[in-house]
Amino acid sequence: MKKTLLAAGIAAMMLGATPVMAKTLVYCSEGSPEGFDPSLYTAGTTFDASSKTIYNRLVQFKPGTTEVEPAIAKSWEVSDDGLTVTFHLRDDVKFQTTDFFTPSRMLNADDVIWTFERQMDENNPYYKLANGSFEYFNSMSMGDLIKSIDKVDDHTVKFELTKPNAPFVANLAMDFASIHSKEYEQKLLDEGKPELANQQPLGTGPFQFVNYREDAAIRYKANPDYFRGKQPIDNLVFAITSDAQVRYQKLMAGECQVMPFPNPSDVEDMKQNDDINVLEEAGLNVAYMAYNTQMAPFDKPEVRKALNMAIDKQAIIDSVFQGAGQVAKNPIPPSMWGYDDDIKDDQYDPDKAKQMLKDAGVENLKMNIWAMPVQRPYMPNARRTAELMQSDLSKVGVDAQIVTYEWGEYLKRSSDTKRDGAVILGWTGDNGDPDNFMGVLLGCDGVGGANRSQWCYKPFDDLIKKARTLDNQDERAKLYKQAQEIFKEQAPWDTLAHSTVFMPIRKEVTGYKIDPLGGHSFEGVDIE
Amino acid sequence: MFKFFLVKLAQLVPTFIGVTIVAFSFIRLLPGDPILLMAGERGISAERYAQLKSQMGFDRSLIVQYFDFLKGLLHGDLGNSLVTHAPVMDEFMSRFPATLELSLFALAFAVIIGLPAGVLAAVKRGKTLDHTIMGISLTGYSMPIFWWGLLLIMLFSTILGWTPVSGRISYMYFIEPVTGFMTIDSLIAGDWGAFLSALHYLILPSIVLGTIPLAVIARQTRSSMLEVLGEDYVRTARAKGLSNFRVIMVHTLRNALISVVTVIGLQVGLLLAGAILTETIFSWPGIGKWMIDAISRRDYPSVQGGLVLIAFIVMIVNLLVDLAYGVINPRIRH
Repeated sequence: MKKTLLAAGIAAMMLGATPVMAKTLVYCSEGSPEGFDPSLYTAGTTFDASSKTIYNRLVQFKPGTTEVEPAIAKSWEVSDDGLTVTFHLRDDVKFQTTDFFTPSRMLNADDVIWTFERQMDENNPYYKLANGSFEYFNSMSMGDLIKSIDKVDDHTVKFELTKPNAPFVANLAMDFASIHSKEYEQKLLDEGKPELANQQPLGTGPFQFVNYREDAAIRYKANPDYFRGKQPIDNLVFAITSDAQVRYQKLMAGECQVMPFPNPSDVEDMKQNDDINVLEEAGLNVAYMAYNTQMAPFDKPEVRKALNMAIDKQAIIDSVFQGAGQVAKNPIPPSMWGYDDDIKDDQYDPDKAKQMLKDAGVENLKMNIWAMPVQRPYMPNARRTAELMQSDLSKVGVDAQIVTYEWGEYLKRSSDTKRDGAVILGWTGDNGDPDNFMGVLLGCDGVGGANRSQWCYKPFDDLIKKARTLDNQDERAKLYKQAQEIFKEQAPWDTLAHSTVFMPIRKEVTGYKIDPLGGHSFEGVDIE
Repeated sequence: MFKFFLVKLAQLVPTFIGVTIVAFSFIRLLPGDPILLMAGERGISAERYAQLKSQMGFDRSLIVQYFDFLKGLLHGDLGNSLVTHAPVMDEFMSRFPATLELSLFALAFAVIIGLPAGVLAAVKRGKTLDHTIMGISLTGYSMPIFWWGLLLIMLFSTILGWTPVSGRISYMYFIEPVTGFMTIDSLIAGDWGAFLSALHYLILPSIVLGTIPLAVIARQTRSSMLEVLGEDYVRTARAKGLSNFRVIMVHTLRNALISVVTVIGLQVGLLLAGAILTETIFSWPGIGKWMIDAISRRDYPSVQGGLVLIAFIVMIVNLLVDLAYGVINPRIRH
């Protein structure tokens, strides 16, 4: 490949077609983006190609963490009643100048208001264009939460909320809240081609869009006007490479410098390679098996606990995750604030489990274990996991059958309150807030939906509802710790694992940080 | 000749209707639902689900949806992708040239190597060369494409560094699509470096995609040649004292070609099927990769539209092959 590049480079130089010696980073991305307007989509692949490169948000997650820090808003304050959040915007933020648009003004409050109006105001032309299908905005219930957004002055925006909601500010760091240029989108509307906003995206971010060859490559260049300064690399290329094996070959051949989602079985081999650094970090996720707590005998906490104790989770980590993960004991991952490390997990103890089942009057138990048909970031192989569980359970006299469905069907059927069986599933955090795990997955509102254990337990639900309304993080953390104790006592899930995320990069790449929320960002990355 | 063409064309109509039915029902028979897949672990509220379903028109009866699909098809409108919201026709047309370019290079590779190899094997019947060629072609025919592709990548790209691992052209070039053929467009743009790069990126995928057709063509050429070599007129030609070269190239090969052309025509369908795997390995931005994505996302309009277009193309190619017989062999001219 070096020879190829050299030959091609010489040929290009002779013809004077390509400027040389610009620093270019090639990222072997795993798939094609659905489009470039992050408000319309929910897939991480799409966000990497749009919000993470081209756009900024009012606030952002500090790189490599889930901590919220200023971005376009230099500061913000929340009123005492928690109903008003006021953002003070930077005055040095400029939208990108590209072949297709030249901004006439700096970013101001109008752009911020426009960004949210287009996702919630039925009269906004962009709302109409998308038929209101802003799925992430909707699924975070932002429409119900925001009462109004007002411009105080050019650089101050005030959000009025319908109820106090602590995760609200963190939600605004999420991809769907990327700030759009009102001026640009108005221009597209005037020209009668508003849909171009999804094909020729324009934001304030570190990289600006150059062009996209469908399913092949996306090209960006560093935004010279970026408010944190121009990036060290000049060009960024996403070379779309859907097969993990091929990504690895490309990385070895130097055709790309960074690749996501390696095959777990290749990681050891990659670590041996002198040209490659394998970055790794605990992902902000959890894999679990949810009992149907509305169905006997799984409505009894002692039965659920006994089954948990019958399953050897370390064996699952060793053979399914191949060590790339850790046993979970809480419903939230250890890197998240509010995590209670004092919780004692139900230890693997088949003899005691057998006795507990007997004491609970459960004999010759037959149950289903649902194994999802797809690989997910939190679960490399659910089928294999279920098989290990099946054999563990048989040792305590429980006859487990493995069932599975097509993925969409699996998600739907597993939500049903009358579902027969325990479901293997998991979750990756959206905004780094414990409410995003415990509230969404275990709250009473989620029964029949994302709460797969169909578990509505008032003492727990009261705690998380209260924590949602408080602004003070220490006080909230206390409530979440209490909630984790109740969770462990009641055991609506068997908490299985938190997986490790691997990111193979070439040795010459510096400054890359793994995003615990699962995104891929190249801000601050350099090549030596 | 023209009447023959019209008859053949008319015969395509029922086939085409059959194809629309299969394409329409195939993706709907698969379990799974585009809205649920999009929502993922998060799930979606029942009312929002119903709302989206009606926006997409999936709340209507299947019969209504099918005739709607047919009506659109007659106007050249295949609906919009559920994922990108762009017209399926545009999505297909922007990717099809990539598949066609790859398939043509693969076919050229298969014919240029396969035909002479078959002739050679026939002429040297029973000799070591014959056994070698047939042995290799049997291996080629049984080669699992995915494995073969990865093997070639590891050897020629990663270890030797002769060819790029995957992609269609070096990221250094961006050629404005005119025909959609990278090789032609780079020449139109007058960018010699881009043209060479495009060729360079074509080598491995063409070999991988062309391997099975090559084997088929070589075997068909051999057996067809052997058959013709036993004909009386070949003996007559030899008896007249014509040179061996002339007997083989003119009297035998030309007649043997009839069945070879049929086989080449049949390869087009196989090439399109093989392109799906080849495109996945080499990250080739054609319709194969696009269809796989569409199927996994249950993007109904893209899948049914894509299937109909692919079937249409295969049918047209077969029609052209039928017509080509007449040209090659006047005896079956109708």
